[in-house]
Amino acid sequence: MTLALIQGRRGLLAGAVLLALGLALPFIPGVYVVFATDLVCFALVAVAFDMLLGFTGLLSFGHALFWGGGAYVAAILITRGVTSFPLAVLGGVLYSLVAATLVGAVAVHRSGIFFAMITLAIAEIQYFFAFQLVDLTGGENGLNLTTRGTLFGLSLENDYVYYYLALAVAALGTALAVRIVTSPFGAVLAAMRENEVRARSIGYDTNLFKLAAFVMSGTLAGLAGALYALGNRLAGLEGVDWHTSGAIVMMTILGGIGTIYGPIVGAAIFQSLEFFVSKTPIGDKTNIVMGLVFAIVILVARRGIVGEILTRAFAPRKRLVEDEDAPDRLIVETEPEPV
Amino acid sequence: MTAPLLLAQAALSPDYLVTQIFNGLVNGGFYALLALGLSIIFGMLRIVNFAHGVMYMLGAFVAYYGALLLHLPFFAALLVAPVVVGAFGLLIETLLLRRLYGIDPLYNLLFTFALVLIIEDVMRLAAGALGSPYETPALLSGATNLGFTLYPTYRLFVIVVCLVVCAAVYYVVERSPLGARIRAATEKPELTRAFGINTSRLVSGVFTFGVALAAFAGVLAAPNTNVTPTMGDSIIINTFAIVVIGGLGSILGSVIAGFALGIIAALGAVFYPPVANTLIFFVMVLVIMFRPTGLFGSAERAA
Repeated sequence: MTLALIQGRRGLLAGAVLLALGLALPFIPGVYVVFATDLVCFALVAVAFDMLLGFTGLLSFGHALFWGGGAYVAAILITRGVTSFPLAVLGGVLYSLVAATLVGAVAVHRSGIFFAMITLAIAEIQYFFAFQLVDLTGGENGLNLTTRGTLFGLSLENDYVYYYLALAVAALGTALAVRIVTSPFGAVLAAMRENEVRARSIGYDTNLFKLAAFVMSGTLAGLAGALYALGNRLAGLEGVDWHTSGAIVMMTILGGIGTIYGPIVGAAIFQSLEFFVSKTPIGDKTNIVMGLVFAIVILVARRGIVGEILTRAFAPRKRLVEDEDAPDRLIVETEPEPV
Repeated sequence: MTAPLLLAQAALSPDYLVTQIFNGLVNGGFYALLALGLSIIFGMLRIVNFAHGVMYMLGAFVAYYGALLLHLPFFAALLVAPVVVGAFGLLIETLLLRRLYGIDPLYNLLFTFALVLIIEDVMRLAAGALGSPYETPALLSGATNLGFTLYPTYRLFVIVVCLVVCAAVYYVVERSPLGARIRAATEKPELTRAFGINTSRLVSGVFTFGVALAAFAGVLAAPNTNVTPTMGDSIIINTFAIVVIGGLGSILGSVIAGFALGIIAALGAVFYPPVANTLIFFVMVLVIMFRPTGLFGSAERAA
């Protein structure tokens, strides 16, 4: 994990570059604006996920619970006559907040792989409820919306207008995530991840901090899911399925855990790859390719794309110098890290 | 995998409840076999094998294609499928998983998750998404009179076989010299190696055996359900919940939790049908809140 990409002047620069790319994205040849909107939503959920995995060390395999749950609630509110976009999104966010608090309160009892298995299993509860409560969720058909609602009177039916709204929200969400992980609170999370026993022994209630991180991550994921559902005017079972939880994990690791901006890159690569593979003869069997890419990343580049680049860029420089005791021999000297 | 309701739902007669308990034992048998394999693999390798459900599915497909192409009889498939799928598992362990030992176990979980995505879609390309029926062997078709009700003979066979296999595995691991080595290598790998025991071969053996058990369960399930590429999907998540309940790494806990949760889910479906699919997860939540290490898990294994 490194804060190198998000702190200080370099962080501002990296953020500005990403934002500029985001602003230009719909006008890049070959990019559909609807695809760009999906990408931005997935980027936000991956950032939210990285707050938890990269900075707290907790692997949730149930983030579809918040992403898909937030999506459903926002969509349900619109179908039930809510016309305000902010209100619908707020509903989704509040739902995710409550859900994350409940799930987190149970799951933080365990860590490591158990945390992953527990969150996966609890997310299935919501899946089956979504499947069975047909009146509310539309069951297997999902909810098709006729409108995205309005933003203080402004119509959001134009895809470009909606894209820039989604981009603004995602940018604010990412800025919030950066603020959180670089805060003293974030420092406690990092301390816990490195050595939980020591963090506890100096007086931090580690379970409470884990819960707080989980709730923040889950709530942001719900925001991203609500944005996604209203963008597509659709909320369905796919969003709450465990494959979606897996996709969120894959995007984050692909980009590089603990880098915040890396998962944005990961989401972009993941979405683009999926888009192009779906156009090939294997069509909807995109999982073969995604699975292969992910397996290879885990075997040879666990830090993810951005993580590997950062590690190389900030690795202490080595050079060959003459050994003082034996001048005919060369030894490797490591330059001290620039502070 | 929900227990199909054999009788009309209306009557809550004692006979009907007992029938449901038998249905629960059938599902519980599958859970127990899978949880058992998952647990011994975890105990030895510290890996949670996400691909366990896929191995179960592959076992069923070996039986299905064996019957279709080679007229392989069911009882032969019970032996052949575990060998074939076990060999596949051995290949994965020695070529790939081995590279991930010694790093954060989360990466093992994620790697086996990637295997799920790949293998499932490959099977979907090969076999199509729709299910294929597998015939119940003639010897076990029909129903047996249990005195109070007629019950499908094949399902009784499943219950008995699962109980016998679980008991045999328990005996081997907990009571035999081989089991003593396995347990030693689990607790203190360095020390065990110092005694001249090849722990790396034990690791491969345990992984292969766990995978073979899953394939065995898959063959057993084939006549009972539709053989589809996604048949391992829901059962693996249920099994995860069950090993959390029983205590991951505890053989006894996995088996007892497997059968118990099978029965609880079947009875839950009688009294309140909507809860049929989620009851196991609710039980898991309760167990974590009051006994985070699981019913039979010990604190030291709570890594």
